[in-house]
Amino acid sequence: MKEEGKHKKAKKYGMVINLDACTGCGACMVACMAENNVPFKEDESNKLDSIAWMRVYKLTNGKSYPEADICYLPRPCMHCEGDHGHSPCVSVCPATATDYNHDTGIVSQIYTRCFGCRYCMVACPYHARYFNWWDPVWPEGSTKYLSPNVSPRMRGIVEKCSFCFHRYQLAMDKAYVEGRTVLEENEYQTSCTQACPAGAITFGDLNNPEHKVHQLAKPDNKHGGRPGNPNVFRLLERLGTNPKVYYMSSREWVRRAGDNYLGDEDFAKTHRH
Amino acid sequence: MDSALIPEGVNRCSFGKFAIGIIIVGGVLLWGVYAMLLIWLKGLNQTNMNDYYGFALWIWADLGVIALGGGAFFTGLLRYIIGKDELKNIINYAVLIGFICYSSALLILAIDIGQPLRGWFIFWHANVHSMLTEVAFCLSCYFAVLTIEYIPLILENRQIDKVPFFHNLAHNMHEVMAIFAATGAFLSFFHQGSLGGVAGVLYSRPFAFREGIFIWPWTFFLFTWSAAAYGPCFTLFVTRLTEKISGKKLVKQNVIDLLAKISGWTMGTYLIAKIIDTWYWATVSAPSMGFNLIDFYSNNSFYGIWILVAEIVICGIIPASILLTPKGRSNSTLLFTAVSLACIGVLLNRWVMVLQVMAIPVMTFENWVLYIPSWQEVATTILPVAYGIILIMISFRYLPIFPQERELNP
Repeated sequence: MKEEGKHKKAKKYGMVINLDACTGCGACMVACMAENNVPFKEDESNKLDSIAWMRVYKLTNGKSYPEADICYLPRPCMHCEGDHGHSPCVSVCPATATDYNHDTGIVSQIYTRCFGCRYCMVACPYHARYFNWWDPVWPEGSTKYLSPNVSPRMRGIVEKCSFCFHRYQLAMDKAYVEGRTVLEENEYQTSCTQACPAGAITFGDLNNPEHKVHQLAKPDNKHGGRPGNPNVFRLLERLGTNPKVYYMSSREWVRRAGDNYLGDEDFAKTHRH
Repeated sequence: MDSALIPEGVNRCSFGKFAIGIIIVGGVLLWGVYAMLLIWLKGLNQTNMNDYYGFALWIWADLGVIALGGGAFFTGLLRYIIGKDELKNIINYAVLIGFICYSSALLILAIDIGQPLRGWFIFWHANVHSMLTEVAFCLSCYFAVLTIEYIPLILENRQIDKVPFFHNLAHNMHEVMAIFAATGAFLSFFHQGSLGGVAGVLYSRPFAFREGIFIWPWTFFLFTWSAAAYGPCFTLFVTRLTEKISGKKLVKQNVIDLLAKISGWTMGTYLIAKIIDTWYWATVSAPSMGFNLIDFYSNNSFYGIWILVAEIVICGIIPASILLTPKGRSNSTLLFTAVSLACIGVLLNRWVMVLQVMAIPVMTFENWVLYIPSWQEVATTILPVAYGIILIMISFRYLPIFPQERELNP
């Protein structure tokens, strides 16, 4: 390969989600389910046992009119690296069924190895991991529309957002055939990013200064990837999970909702930049 | 009818009465087996667990029985390694109770996993960083040790003992039992500890997370310590219950007194450590993650500060105080109250370290989630209790479990 040796630095794929732009339409959830063959139940009203790799939360500032404000917060898997190099979920899996890929920063789930102990779900504070309580049942004829690039999961195992890793594999295959080892920014994008009509989701390599995601988040890798942009924050930053999904909002109450603070704590001081 | 199998010189109820007891408890056992088969055939959708409750009633039951079964390794350690010879009069029962507890724990684990046929992956694809891996290895090994400790007792059955090979095998196994007791204590230290570590390492769950030494969070040591303290209380509790049901004194008071006293001291020191741990967690660890202590005990309909008071004061300091005073130990009602409270205390501790961890919201825009187990979960949790009662009934009837029984009931 011509470019071999040029690209030594590991990639770290991540997202910046602009919460001021998100309208809560749910297109990201739908796109994700279709792309990744996410199973669904006949009755999806109980959200405690239904699967949504990408889930949109509705946040409110708790104030009444005219100060009432809401915010929609899409939550994929955070693909945590951990401040000390251990993702909360990867380190606890007893059967090495979930793995942290140091080339891409993506946390994977090995469906054929997971035996369903659910310890990873217990370890994930974002509730990004889902258990297959039932075998997937697809409505008649709809199996033809399943993606051939993503294996459907069986009952009794855990699944979660993979940052559409199959898209990364396809893009890398294409690049390999073309004699490249480096992907262009637009060659690998997740389905939720592409489906968002408001363009609220930006996806790319956080380690690559040319990628928009890097420019928005300005991650400080010397300090656990903390965002350099004052309007950018991560969920539960204080726990040290070192997630790769960043959120952006100009509203302070939204940024404050991203983490827990003691009543008398100075948010501006505690919020790390 | 079965008198030839009953140990010499002891009285047992009629076979008919015994059989009725077995049938009644067997009915409960079958109910549990039915629920177990439902879960194995239809999957974990038979439970009320959900994506917020990955761990629930079963994991609590697992942690609970393992803590209560801690009497086996600690009594073994005291008897064989430290040399408290009087405890030879209760060690058989401690081993039997431990055997029941650990076999139950393994059964519950086999029901609890989503893909039971892949259960062996935990050994084959072992992740050395996971506390659960350590639990699986040590638990299995210690169950093997308990089986080895239980076998000589079976071989001492009046009829089996007549076979020279079995008689000699039992004798020789007794001779080397100190090695197994030491192995059991070593393994128990690690698996009891790693069960504590299961919750303690969860650095993204502020209610469970604890700092510690090297790879071991403080809960690692607290769980081992509490199992050593509270496990013997369960041995004493079941012994007293067996005495009440059989209407016989089975173990001399000095033996009970000694085990109760040691348990009291272990519990007292454990509680000091637990209070320091709780204090540090409430004032340093949790606030550093943005939580006040009261956040963990408010805004929900069940988990109030009462649970912390019940665990540490009512079911901790009070029974420890009773067990530490000679008067408390010599009064059978007080003693029974103390060991009962202690058992509840350790079960409460395991409950909060499993279920309260799941209930507390970590993200600011989420709420508390409470859970009520399904009947299938309840039945499969009662199943090991029924199995334990049956095994105790059979063992008590046909095996010489209590060496002092003949002397105490001439």
